Amino acid sequence: MPTVQLRKFEKVCDIIDRHGRQAAKLIPILQEVQEEYRYLPEEVMTFVAMSLGLSPAKVFGVASFYAHFALQPKGKYVIRLCDGTACHVKGSEPILGALYERLGLSPQRATSDDLLFTIETVSCLGACGLAPVLLVNDKVYGQVSVQQALGIVDELVKKEGAHADA
Amino acid sequence: MQTLRSPMEVAFEGREGLRKIVICTGTGCIANGALEVKEAFQRELAAAGFATVEHFTQLGQLKGGDDSAYLSKSGCQGFCQMGPLVSIQPEDILYTKVKASDVKAIVERTLKAGELIPELLYANPVNKTRCRSQHEIPFYKSQTRFVLKQCGDLDPESLQEYLAIGGYQAAKRCWTELTAEDVCKEMLDSGLRGRGGGGFPTGRKWELTRVQPEPKKYVICNGDEGDPGAFMDRSVMEGNPHSVIEGMMIAARGIGADEGYVYVRAEYPLAVKRVRQACADAREAGLLGDDAFGTGRRFDVQVMEGAGAFVCGEETALMGSIEGERGMPSPKPPFPAQSGLWAKPTVINNVETLATVPLIMAMGAKVFRGMGTGTSPGTKTFALSGHVLNTGLIEVPFGLTLRDVVHGIGGGVTNRQGKLDAKGFKAVQIGGPSGGCLTQEHLDLPLDFDSLRSIGAMVGSGGLVVMNHGTCMVAIARYFMKFTQQESCGKCVLCREGTKQMLLLLEDIVEGRGSLETLDMLQELGTAVQRGSLCGLGKTAPNPVLSTLRQFRAEYLAHVVEKRCPTGECKALAKPEIAAERCKGCGLCMKKCPVGAISGELRKPHSIDDALCIKCGACAQACRFEAVVGV
Repeated sequence: MPTVQLRKFEKVCDIIDRHGRQAAKLIPILQEVQEEYRYLPEEVMTFVAMSLGLSPAKVFGVASFYAHFALQPKGKYVIRLCDGTACHVKGSEPILGALYERLGLSPQRATSDDLLFTIETVSCLGACGLAPVLLVNDKVYGQVSVQQALGIVDELVKKEGAHADA
Repeated sequence: MQTLRSPMEVAFEGREGLRKIVICTGTGCIANGALEVKEAFQRELAAAGFATVEHFTQLGQLKGGDDSAYLSKSGCQGFCQMGPLVSIQPEDILYTKVKASDVKAIVERTLKAGELIPELLYANPVNKTRCRSQHEIPFYKSQTRFVLKQCGDLDPESLQEYLAIGGYQAAKRCWTELTAEDVCKEMLDSGLRGRGGGGFPTGRKWELTRVQPEPKKYVICNGDEGDPGAFMDRSVMEGNPHSVIEGMMIAARGIGADEGYVYVRAEYPLAVKRVRQACADAREAGLLGDDAFGTGRRFDVQVMEGAGAFVCGEETALMGSIEGERGMPSPKPPFPAQSGLWAKPTVINNVETLATVPLIMAMGAKVFRGMGTGTSPGTKTFALSGHVLNTGLIEVPFGLTLRDVVHGIGGGVTNRQGKLDAKGFKAVQIGGPSGGCLTQEHLDLPLDFDSLRSIGAMVGSGGLVVMNHGTCMVAIARYFMKFTQQESCGKCVLCREGTKQMLLLLEDIVEGRGSLETLDMLQELGTAVQRGSLCGLGKTAPNPVLSTLRQFRAEYLAHVVEKRCPTGECKALAKPEIAAERCKGCGLCMKKCPVGAISGELRKPHSIDDALCIKCGACAQACRFEAVVGV
């Protein structure tokens, strides 16, 4: 489908143009590209590299260095559990374990096959007064217990199940 | 000497009877539902016939009178666990944990009838008395809120309000009346030291950059606050973004820079949004741009969002990241003051440092020196968290003791159930993954740069995590090691491989495979990593391990010699037991045990069968008498 392909790169071209095609703006460019695709597809990174006059290896090097860049697609719901010091001492580990178990995921397999859920830990969300903290996409949940965390996930599973049935 | 006016004073000027309702919209309060509370206020105030404005610029529409209200929002007020916080002025009432469903009552009872709603006031957990305002709450009473003060008063999204309280006056004076030398000298005289961790004198940094002959220079604000357990920079950027920009303008004047960057951590979306907005507003008002304060000289600021790398908090790595590279540190010298961003002289300061600068310029170096200690003047914000009654963002003058912080402001140490425990204090972890542990014997140590350094700890970014006796120090050391190991950029072999080996050694210990030799190896390797790493990350990565090894050796020995974790946190070493003297024989644990390992008669002490037990800890969680030990 050539038309789809063309449109795809048009967006990327827009982003690159907006940053004046400067190689120094590589990180903001990749951030915006990721916002568009929810991850950084390999061919898009190659395209970005060529447009900026960089080698694909250089772009891949930068993308793989920063935790924020995803080289694999992520789920519709990205569940991020804070594992900062405060959250850690207030018991974030049992919550993480329970979430992995409920969704059948693990640190090695963080995204579910149906691309609904991704579980990640983050080093600190800076909401330590509310430890332990859980983030689902952009929504912050504070002072969560294992039961509450599972409840939040169950609710999402139910909602998605209802969509699938309908 | 100029002083800043309070936002309250400005709002009430000539408007008798006006009420100001401030809703805290820091990340914490938003998570607890502050935005819903705000919507409820909009609804209820309209229903009750109040003339309401929500922006400082609209205040002119109000004439005052009992039925007029200014519904405003503020940045983080620090007491996140009690959020959403709503304060009502001029009565000076602070309502805590406000829900949208409480708002109708607040409007009718407090605003209209003038009575207090006791259930919404903060209850002092010690004597159960209700506190009417911030000044009565122990958490706030012992603090000196200086840099954070306006975070809790001001609408962070309103340049006009910041200007009305006297904001940008200090920068204006620096740009129009003072010379670059004057600005640097004032900073030197103030004795301000960098709040980002190292404590290097800010004035000296500026002076070193000022004297460079190269005409192009940069100012960078380091908002890549990566230390887990620290969130003061987030609060300042979210709560008072203009103070950071004003600080950068003063720095720019001092060194002669025409361009600046604010580098904000990617995990702080609200901070990114507010700083970007603040820059745009300041540009529109002609403060930033080609003609700063009408002087014909240029200074402009760009905001760059980080991409999730802890090491970018290190200044040379951060500059690499702005240049579009992998964020890897480079050797110093040359220092950024000589060759920084794009190889030009660069001043790079932390958020809190820059937010302090306009206050110093307004009050004068001499007055500023009156706060804190001789070598560490001023105040420092700390993020107090962990096992204390009151958690949140605090600000105290340097030199306050740890005891004042933990027991005074923090309200004391809590146990596993969150109840006060007078004998619960075990340690405080200060300075995050690069810091160390303070124990009982350090409770009376003044908190300042030099006394902390003298005992092998550091102020660092200001995270203070209080730990009770239920916390295993070996597990904490492993936690930090895991963090630094993941965040090591990989440039230096000792940091890259050394932290990995240290983590493996710590894992051996918590899983019962350790021996005395493991401890020796940890010590040796830790020292080697400190010496053989280029940047601050590697140089300080072994600190949590080395400091716990020194201060909690007995705990390490219990793990490796007796194969026992004294706190029961290390599951692999757990041997759950029921303390007969505390067991009431209620049978709750028996019901909760998933494998039927607990037996006993009603009202008589129960016991656990080791052969069946899977060490899940369900019994300990269920027990209301803390009778299950060792798990």
